[in-house]
Amino acid sequence: MLIADSLTFEIGKRSLVKDVSFSIRPGELLIILGANGAGKSTLFRLLSGERIPTCGSVQLQGKEISTYTAAQLALKRGVLSQQNIVNMAFTVIEIVMMGRYPHYSNNPAIKDTEIVQQVMELTGVIAFADRSYLTLSGGEQQRVQLARVLAQIWDVPNALLLMDEPVASLDLQYQQQTLAIAKMLSKRGFMVVSILHDINLAGQYADRIIMLKNGRKWYDGTAAEVLSSKNIYEVFEINSDVYTNPRTLKHFFIPRNVSLNINPQ
Amino acid sequence: MNKKVLLYLILIIALFIASAFSMGLGAVKIPIKEVLLILSKKIGLFTDPPVSAQHEGVLNIVRLPRVALGLLVGAALGISGTAVQGIFRNPLAEPGLIGISAGASLMAVIIIVLEVALFAGLSNLLGYYLLAFGAFSGAGIAAMLVYQISRTDGKSNVATMLLAGIAINALAGALTGLITYIADDQQLRNITFWMLGSLAGATWENVLAVAPFVLIPVLLLPRMGKALNAFSLGEVQAAQLGLKVNQIKRNVVILATMGVGAAVAVSGIISFVGLLVPHTIRLFIGVDNKHVLPASALLGALMLTLADMLCRTIIAPIELPIGVITALLGTPLFLYILIKDKKKLVL
Repeated sequence: MLIADSLTFEIGKRSLVKDVSFSIRPGELLIILGANGAGKSTLFRLLSGERIPTCGSVQLQGKEISTYTAAQLALKRGVLSQQNIVNMAFTVIEIVMMGRYPHYSNNPAIKDTEIVQQVMELTGVIAFADRSYLTLSGGEQQRVQLARVLAQIWDVPNALLLMDEPVASLDLQYQQQTLAIAKMLSKRGFMVVSILHDINLAGQYADRIIMLKNGRKWYDGTAAEVLSSKNIYEVFEINSDVYTNPRTLKHFFIPRNVSLNINPQ
Repeated sequence: MNKKVLLYLILIIALFIASAFSMGLGAVKIPIKEVLLILSKKIGLFTDPPVSAQHEGVLNIVRLPRVALGLLVGAALGISGTAVQGIFRNPLAEPGLIGISAGASLMAVIIIVLEVALFAGLSNLLGYYLLAFGAFSGAGIAAMLVYQISRTDGKSNVATMLLAGIAINALAGALTGLITYIADDQQLRNITFWMLGSLAGATWENVLAVAPFVLIPVLLLPRMGKALNAFSLGEVQAAQLGLKVNQIKRNVVILATMGVGAAVAVSGIISFVGLLVPHTIRLFIGVDNKHVLPASALLGALMLTLADMLCRTIIAPIELPIGVITALLGTPLFLYILIKDKKKLVL
């Protein structure tokens, strides 16, 4: 279980996250939506333990997250950050192997090598396993980072996987594939929390969606419950039409044109 | 794996050959065969080989300590360079960047200029030790200052550390300039000599004095290979992989300062070794710090032994400063790396 209990995070007098509570169980894929500056990334950092909340607590498997050591935490949860800048010419396989660092001290065991192989196949990076990370395109780099995080928690039961906009620079195929992997892992008993911008992708894969606005939890529920024109307008301030996909019965939305406020001159 | 073992082998063999040749070269030439005989006598292989007593003396008193000092200083500069690049996540970083060299030279220059006034009558040897001690503490003070400035909320920010390093470098440079202004001619010569680096002051005493400060980082830094690899993903990512990021940063800065500070203290400023050695190693075996760290120590030692050999023989009997040789040969390689990688570099 991951329990976020009345999380508040303030910098000076500004609160970036206000009184957010929720919990997720193994097997759940939770997607967090919200406009820019709604507090998604701050909430994400509170969940990953990178930031300590001003008020409230995050509990992972019955224990306050700040009471874990970094090494213990690394064996319970993987985090895929939004920005991953690498300046040294590591090969792809070396980067993915770093995901196994918490599991071995000097040399990787056979199991580590096998897991690295598996996740590289899964994320479609095995074809350039021996190439330098620096020569890859943005999308390829992102898949390598995903593979690294997957390698870290692949064999950990009920692990927590946190992803901050994991599809930002991916093409359509790999957007789908990344979310399909997240879904598959949740079915295997992982707890998956991901920030997304794409509402339709969220509607397609999420077991549950939380919409944030001004640092508060605005809506929380299944895609069918949460994704409505009214809610989307309230959170994103755009007009849209929400339809039901006749084949999957999932909701999807189509935005309407926005009008720009430009002074004629 | 094979490529790495091969590189280690080549480096070790080259190191032995270069050292043996270096011991033979100089005002008194000693044939390589005799060098080997004297050395094997020293380690007790032969009891009474046919060697000249004069050659044996020269080797013992002059050449051996000089070569040993070159090995130590080179190993320290090479491995510290790799470690500092790892911690800054920047392949263009070098120990000088966090103020180590500038701090050391400021203190050294102060001592050279003030020595006459304050410690007139002190013997040469004592003055030399004072200089070494001053340089070492200058290196330490500068590195600690830069490190402390970069700390906020118990974390140290690498970008601030770099900028603080630049600022401390500029400040130390300005003060050094100010002091050289009041130096007399002889002091200026000493300062120049020291700023360009030299192994000419090698004695058994300073070899033994510097050895622990070099051996500690050379033995401990290779254990941090995995941690430095993870660092290259970013500090946040490294913490997510379970590393105690701040502790590692502090330890690396301390170990690198220890190595470079000690090296600068006994040999002056020898530029570019810390920058070039890691890059050269990476060209051959990739960037995995687990191997780059120990290989950098070996290549640093080799590079300095060769450079010292060159600077003693090019215009013999006059000696060139070794820093001039390393910079002259180093700059083209550095520029080559810059041009080759300029598209890939992100700060």
